[in-house]
Amino acid sequence: METSTTQFKRCDVVKVAGRVDSATAPKLAEEIAQVHDRGQFKIVIDMTELDFISSAGLRVLIAALKASKRYNRGDLLLAAMQDNIKSVFELAGFTQIFKIYDTVLDAVGNF
Amino acid sequence: MITRIFPGRFESLSLIAEYVRGEGETAGLSDKALFELETAVDEAVSNIIEHSYGGEDIGEVICTCDQLTSGIQVILEDFGQPFDPACIPVPNLSAALKDRKNNGLGYYLMCQLMDEVKFDFYENHNRLTLTKLKE
Repeated sequence: METSTTQFKRCDVVKVAGRVDSATAPKLAEEIAQVHDRGQFKIVIDMTELDFISSAGLRVLIAALKASKRYNRGDLLLAAMQDNIKSVFELAGFTQIFKIYDTVLDAVGNF
Repeated sequence: MITRIFPGRFESLSLIAEYVRGEGETAGLSDKALFELETAVDEAVSNIIEHSYGGEDIGEVICTCDQLTSGIQVILEDFGQPFDPACIPVPNLSAALKDRKNNGLGYYLMCQLMDEVKFDFYENHNRLTLTKLKE
């Protein structure tokens, strides 16, 4: 799994690529925590190159969503999710609690 | 039937996924079914390491893939603590964000994605059999 963060005027985009499982999920949590530590709570997760996510990754995202939305200080949006990944989100009931956009540009434009 | 033994650590997850995916392809599973199999096996092995062994590098995970005419069977064996699947609460998927628990999804996903999930507990080891049928 690879992660990288790009800072934009309105929000930060955290790109996650490859495979998020119990071995790699802590690294994704750390990447998002670093954004929060800078005081930025408006985040887009770019899933363009995300091939696989297990419940360990879902745990990281829901914890990050809660942290972002606390005190109405921000939000965590998901973008460019592949169909297989989206089916896992649907099964987990996550499509009701996350805002999901087709493209990163659409998500960034929402902030 | 091919059996491989993996160290019980999270780094093994991607290796097990690669192995199971290859066997699933040979069995003729669709891309969607392969993804679902990979997800279920990942959840199962993560549970073994985290709950059965109680941590990494405590014991091994034995993984056997059995090609069926109708699909594939993946058998996962470990030597950790047995557990009662009936004790695992069903996650509330319609709860509001503030009421959502961050964990508890793995077992639910595994059962939803497989055609059959069977636990057998023996005196000194546990066996989980996951069956995925061709669509």
